Amino acid sequence: MTLDFSTTIAGVRFKNPIFTASGCAASGKELSQFFPLKELGAVVTKSIMLKARSGRPTPRMAETPSGMLNSIGLQGPGIDAFIEEDLAWLQTQSCDVIVSIAGETVDEYGALARRLRGQRGIKAIEVNISCPNVANRGQVFSCDPVTARAAIEAVRINLGGEFPIIAKLSPDVTDIVAIAREVIEAGADGLALINTLLGMVINPKTLRPHLAGKTGGLSGPAIRPVAVRAIFQVRERFPSVAIVGMGGVVHGEDALELVAAGADAVSIGTASFGNPMSVIEIRDRLSTLIQDHGFTRFSDAVGVAHER
Amino acid sequence: MRQINKAARHTTGRLLSIRKVGTYFHLVLQAEGIAEGAKPGNFIALSVGGDQSSMLLHRVFAIYRSRQDPSHGAVIELIVARSGKGSDWLVAQSEGTLLKITGPLGTSFPLPADPVNVAIVGGGYGAAPLFDLADHLKARGCRVDAIIGAATSSKVFAPLEGKRTVNSVTVTTDDGSAGIQGRVTDVLPEIITRQRIDLIYSCGPMAMLRAVDDIARSLSIPHQVSVEEAMACGVGICMTCVLPMMRGDKVKMVRTCIEGPVIDGEEIAWDEVAR
Ligand SMILES: Cc1cc2nc3c(=O)[nH]c(=O)nc-3n(C[C@H](O)[C@H](O)[C@H](O)COP(=O)(O)OP(=O)(O)OC[C@H]3O[C@@H](n4cnc5c(N)ncnc54)[C@H](O)[C@@H]3O)c2cc1C
Ligand SMILES: Cc1cc2nc3c(=O)[nH]c(=O)nc-3n(C[C@H](O)[C@H](O)[C@H](O)COP(=O)(O)O)c2cc1C
Ligand code: FES
Repeated sequence: MTLDFSTTIAGVRFKNPIFTASGCAASGKELSQFFPLKELGAVVTKSIMLKARSGRPTPRMAETPSGMLNSIGLQGPGIDAFIEEDLAWLQTQSCDVIVSIAGETVDEYGALARRLRGQRGIKAIEVNISCPNVANRGQVFSCDPVTARAAIEAVRINLGGEFPIIAKLSPDVTDIVAIAREVIEAGADGLALINTLLGMVINPKTLRPHLAGKTGGLSGPAIRPVAVRAIFQVRERFPSVAIVGMGGVVHGEDALELVAAGADAVSIGTASFGNPMSVIEIRDRLSTLIQDHGFTRFSDAVGVAHER
Repeated sequence: MRQINKAARHTTGRLLSIRKVGTYFHLVLQAEGIAEGAKPGNFIALSVGGDQSSMLLHRVFAIYRSRQDPSHGAVIELIVARSGKGSDWLVAQSEGTLLKITGPLGTSFPLPADPVNVAIVGGGYGAAPLFDLADHLKARGCRVDAIIGAATSSKVFAPLEGKRTVNSVTVTTDDGSAGIQGRVTDVLPEIITRQRIDLIYSCGPMAMLRAVDDIARSLSIPHQVSVEEAMACGVGICMTCVLPMMRGDKVKMVRTCIEGPVIDGEEIAWDEVAR
């Protein structure tokens, strides 16, 4: 019995359901030192902004129990340099690519989408709307139904239907299903769940926040139950929307948990930091576990927890 | 932009021996496929805490020495200080423990083409990779004077073999419990003049590196620095390890796990380094 390990996200087929998580694999080049990128379902690139950004001051990282806080601040080269260098390089790797974009204004989301039109080798656009909206006192786009919708609409209009849109949501909301509804209505073909949760660490010696940026995004196994819950709730309400799940997946068992909750694909973030082969190890283990459960198609395992 | 070390591999290695040296621990790891490509100044990254660890992030350590061992093949040696949960776990492991190792990572110390006069300046465990470097420098006919500093005598890392390699060793400690009481920078200028130093290599805490660089700049002596920034991955994918560096006339936040740890002192924008 062989397993059909492929998955389909918004009409696009991927050879397997294990992706990198945005911001946890840069643009793939470093991980390609350890395995061919085409071994992955897809490489999801670090969220790219319109202009080059130097990010937040250091310290930018704190390890926490079963997780970490980061305040990288979306450091990156800007969309033009990204297309010229990173995307051009990825196109030579015969791997599937999902480009993640992030804006500071609704117009920037539109401009980023326009810039990506006609680019080869992109399978989908992930829209990171878990960033601060400059025009709205830094309120995070995805924490407000109105701005969440506006950002996705801007992408949809400017993308002209060329690539599927995956909206990446923040779990820092009272009702994630309500935000999911807004972005689906605005034209998102899929959802990426979940981004990091806002947290803080205070150094007990200095009694100051450890991160220079004071707060940071919490990731890793510490947030996995939140991810499973968010995926489960959204899947329950939207049985047919594509969901890319992420949050604390370190082992194949963890990936299976997200799949059973309703994820059509699973992105691996923080786990790669402590072991660059994590994505491959998780992929192989997930494949074994799914077969052990008697499935012959990966897609049959998606959302099974809702039926049991 | 520089790329990840082309010799980098991921493997599982065995802890062959662990021994206390002062307040440090000397670890010997079997590291097939990693030790072979290692150059002085490179580092490795280790997963810590075992398979169900709550510590998700890599721990990085400079390679003290890499060599072919007659009975164990390619081995890497580390000098590890206890400084938190991960390093505590590591030094509590016993011989035979299997460790996930990634390396060699980062840049290495560039070697001079001519047999020049060199000063190596090490602070604490930062002295470890400099003795391996000294071996290579001596093989090229360089004169090597070592200045090794630490807070106190038990933190001075100056192994016997290392001392034999170099032409002279000057030890400084903050509390005067070994060598000269004071800092490495108290003795460096005099050694530079006396030995007509052409080139400086340093590795240690950031404050020490900066002070050494001030001296090197004021005397226009080339200075290669091995920096230490907090790292989550060590392989270039997380962007936590950045340091402000001059790129053309602009300051850029550069990943020290890829473009470092060994950096030309002149390129560091010290005034913008967070303290
Ligand atoms: C290039 C380089 C070479 C190094 N070489 C050595 C060496 O030869 N011997 C030695 O004892 N130590 C060395 N260090 C420092 C060593 O990496 C830290 O002491 C160690 O990671 C601390 O881990 P912990 O779990 O004990 O501390 P924790 O504070 O629990 O660590 C939490 C997280 O922060 C990171 N972190 C904390 N402090 C540092 C630090 N100073 N540098 C880098 N990451 C840090 C850890 O990697 C981990 O991801 C080196 C660091 C760098 C950057
Ligand atoms: C260092 C770091 C950087 C990240 N950068 C981004 C980013 O640029 N864009 C984005 O959408 N998510 C980013 N994330 C969030 C991850 O993609 C992911 O949603 C989150 O970390 C949860 O997954 P994990 O627990 O597997 O890491 C980042 C996470 C980390 C830890
Ligand atoms: S430590 Fe992750 S990019 Fe350098």
